[in-house]
Amino acid sequence: MSHIPLSHAFILAGILFVIGFIGVIARRNTLFMLMSLEVMLNSVGIAFIAAGSAWQEADGQIMFILILTLAAAEVAVGLALLIRLQQQRQSLDIDELSDMRG
Amino acid sequence: MQATIEATMNQMQVLAYLPFYPLLSFILLVLFAKRLSWLTASILSVGAVLLSALSSAYLLQVAMLTPNSVVDVHLWQWFKLGDMAVNFAFRLDSLSMVMSLVVSGVGLLIHAYAAAYMKDDENFSRFMAYMNLFIVAMLLLVLADNLVLLYLGWEGVGLCSFLLIGFWYQDNDNAMAAKKAFIVTRVGDTFLAIGLFLLFRETGSLAINDITALAGSGEIANEMAFWICLLLVGGAVGKSAQLPLQTWLPDAMAGPTPVSALIHAATMVTAGVYLIARMQGVFVLTPEVMTIVSWIGALTLLLAGIAALAQSDIKRVLAYSTMSQIGYMMLALGAGAFSAGVMHLMTHAFFKALLFLTAGSIILALHHQQNIFKMGGLFKKLPLVSILFFIGIAALIAFPGTSGFVSKEAILAELYSSNTAGPVFWWLAIIGALITSIYSFRLLFITFFGDYRGDVKVHPVTDKLQLLPLVILALLALAGGLIGLNLTALFPAPPTELNLVTGHSDPAWLHNVAIATPFVGIVIAYLLYFPKTGQAVVGSDSSLTKFAHGGLGFDRLYEWLLVKPFVFIAKVNRRDVIEQLVTGISWNVQAWHEVLRASQNGQLRWYGAVIGVGVVMLLAILIFSGTSEPSLQVMNGGAQG
Repeated sequence: MSHIPLSHAFILAGILFVIGFIGVIARRNTLFMLMSLEVMLNSVGIAFIAAGSAWQEADGQIMFILILTLAAAEVAVGLALLIRLQQQRQSLDIDELSDMRG
Repeated sequence: MQATIEATMNQMQVLAYLPFYPLLSFILLVLFAKRLSWLTASILSVGAVLLSALSSAYLLQVAMLTPNSVVDVHLWQWFKLGDMAVNFAFRLDSLSMVMSLVVSGVGLLIHAYAAAYMKDDENFSRFMAYMNLFIVAMLLLVLADNLVLLYLGWEGVGLCSFLLIGFWYQDNDNAMAAKKAFIVTRVGDTFLAIGLFLLFRETGSLAINDITALAGSGEIANEMAFWICLLLVGGAVGKSAQLPLQTWLPDAMAGPTPVSALIHAATMVTAGVYLIARMQGVFVLTPEVMTIVSWIGALTLLLAGIAALAQSDIKRVLAYSTMSQIGYMMLALGAGAFSAGVMHLMTHAFFKALLFLTAGSIILALHHQQNIFKMGGLFKKLPLVSILFFIGIAALIAFPGTSGFVSKEAILAELYSSNTAGPVFWWLAIIGALITSIYSFRLLFITFFGDYRGDVKVHPVTDKLQLLPLVILALLALAGGLIGLNLTALFPAPPTELNLVTGHSDPAWLHNVAIATPFVGIVIAYLLYFPKTGQAVVGSDSSLTKFAHGGLGFDRLYEWLLVKPFVFIAKVNRRDVIEQLVTGISWNVQAWHEVLRASQNGQLRWYGAVIGVGVVMLLAILIFSGTSEPSLQVMNGGAQG
């Protein structure tokens, strides 16, 4: 099998991370922000897996499982919050929901 | 022995309270202001000055029994200056005795007159309060045993002068005159203050007695004494309206007439004379400064006399006359005739207060008309006031037998043979005397003879409270010369090498000329100014007259020299440079505030973006800067392991 260089995997992870981050700050819909956040988490996961396989260590995979768990928990809480928000405010626009005065 | 000590205790007590009666009255008048009726306010203010005058009289009576006695009273320590304590303490010797008698005595008469004069003013109690405060300050000035306390009184009288000139402050001209008087005298006060600092540095003391003693024993370097005396003279010319700081006095006539009589004729303006007489011990060390004082006196008496010739306002004639008479006192001091100078100060207080107060009565009788060309023929309409005015004029021109004659002769007698003055000054003084009698009789002829030229009905003066002080002052102006004032014991002969008396022997004709001069002046004034029947009496309006009327151009000169440049600089610097600096700081802060406020906009996505950018920047720094090298190596090392 062809060997994928570690740097390529990192570049992919970086691109994904940046896409996710831009999604978080550019999107106004909270649901999409949450999804972008998932993308960012997954990009980190890719980086761990790639690094783990490159150095032949199990730590990367363990770390990924942890991140997966974290993401599942976060999504559960986040979605629940979104539902409550939608019910209370009839909106998911992050700027409208903001209570900060600045 | 026991008796003497008790008498001294008594004297000390009387002296301790002497200046404070009017202060009490001042406080009461200020506290209760308009709630007091005219009668209560008058009794309070006049009574307080009466108590002071009685105290002075008592002290005089005791002092008569023991010649050259000095009463010292120490009230409390005011503050400490290094090792030197500045005390609130009074010292009564014959000089301050004369001064306190003049201040409280003439002050009492003027207070009584003022109570009648200002009766209808709605701010009567405010007026009397200021007058009382003035008496307090003036008494502190003359009784002070150290120069710091003297300076307190000095500034106090300046303040009261300001308040009283601007008493009718509703009129802008009066307020301007008050400001002018305050600012011009302030220039002199600054000189005085610097002089006091120098004196303190030189002698380490500001007690008058110590300084005189130190000066007598040659402790003060001549070089230093010159500057100290010059600065003291600077203070004196400011307060006493002498060249070159004389411009404020004519304008000060904006105040009510009793104020002019009390402050700008009898007492405050002579404070400069008092200061020099008080510091006589230092002054005799520097004949140069004494000559300067002589020159100041001589020039002022001439210039003021010439200006008085062209005035049309009765009070301004008297104001210039005051300047000119104080010029005589200065001349006497400069010539070393201290006793004669103080004598003239006293008689001048009598007759000039009389002149001002009678002028005030005339002004009231004519419903505030002050222009002498709108008067005329008043002798027939106001005979008593006119006679009193004539007495004042007679004393002013040194008519033989009056008090003015005695004191002016005393000055003239010492001028000729003095080392720091001399024949030139004697002639200047004689010319001054000639001018004095010309302007006095010009005033008298135009005001009291010929036909009445005014358009208001003359209101006869019948108020006893107004007339009584006038009569007493007239008696003093006539007979004040009989008070054998001899202060030569107080002014010891200067050290021999600085002996002020030279070999100039007085020629025989000296006294005859001096006595004849006023009469020559009267004849000249008669020929020039006596109103002829069927001829209009109007002031000349030649440019020379206008020049003299405006005080010989000094106001114009100062306007160009000082006021205009100052206003120009103020205009240029309207946007104050320093303020620009300060506002620059605040502008900067404001700008940063705007920037930072915009960053805190309350939008979560914005914060997120900022955090992201921050992290990227931190990473960039870590990667590209040298300090990140070791950590990268550690990472690499871990990777290899």
